[in-house]
Amino acid sequence: MSRDKRFPDVTSGPFESPPRRFEDREGREIEIRAHDGSQEEYDALASMYDAFDPADRAQGIPPGDERRIREWLDNVFCETCLNVVAWDGETAAGHATLVPDDDAYELAIFVLQAYQEAGIGTHLMEALLGYGAESGIEKVWLTVERWNQPAVGLYKKIGFEISDSESFEMEMAIRLADGRDEGG
Amino acid sequence: MTTPDDFSTPAMTSWHMRILLGVGGSDDSLQALERTVERANETGDDLTVAVLDEGSAERSVEDIEADVRDALDSGGIDAEIRHVEGDAGSRLVDIAESEGFDRIALSGGTTSPMGKIQLGSTAEFVLLNSHVSVTLVR
Repeated sequence: MSRDKRFPDVTSGPFESPPRRFEDREGREIEIRAHDGSQEEYDALASMYDAFDPADRAQGIPPGDERRIREWLDNVFCETCLNVVAWDGETAAGHATLVPDDDAYELAIFVLQAYQEAGIGTHLMEALLGYGAESGIEKVWLTVERWNQPAVGLYKKIGFEISDSESFEMEMAIRLADGRDEGG
Repeated sequence: MTTPDDFSTPAMTSWHMRILLGVGGSDDSLQALERTVERANETGDDLTVAVLDEGSAERSVEDIEADVRDALDSGGIDAEIRHVEGDAGSRLVDIAESEGFDRIALSGGTTSPMGKIQLGSTAEFVLLNSHVSVTLVR
């Protein structure tokens, strides 16, 4: 984790920060909001991950059983973590999170199976990156299984570039702001 | 890929497997060591510990060997410890295949800040190249 990561020189964005409201491709009214820290939202997300199809797990997350799901949620709801949730009414349909890693943040995104391929992932990513930029985050990275072409395509469309393709999983990175004194 | 449970299925206890455990400098390696020692205690498996030089900044090979000795002592296991120089993955596969080991055991990886499991290059090489069964210990 402490190994040096490469980030693009060029800044991506700007991305519109949450909240945002839209109709998905299935005609559902979806609202994306920053996680408010409430127990209700926590429980709704725990339910979403409890119902999650194991086939959509990535590198062991989300975990399979409820106790481990809650342990993992506690980890991604850390003080300096950023979380956005896609809501269909009271139902959590998707979740994207930024967890600090030295001077950058690691990103992960999950959309419940019934809500996939409806455009929610793109909105979630943009909202999270907008929230991140607004919060002063400059660099974000993620890993993705190299066979997961739909996800890789989404990340590229948003501005992520492949930063390391030598491991099992591929690493991609994006720059939200230029932290250097001189504009690049 | 097999799970750690395969270590101790009842059918296996009638004969002892020869296990080659690779231990590097990371915390997950030491956890894998402790769990493998526990298993060996239950099954009577014949354990050999290979101390890997993966260029860890945190622990020298001497530090790793000291940790290995502690774990073996506290587990009450008498196991051979050997140092593996050069490329850790290819040397492990070579030793296991040429010396008749039944299984290579390795740590099942580190986790990212997000909690994602990440496999190191040693585990990746061993998984792809070993003709001997491989267990990732988690």
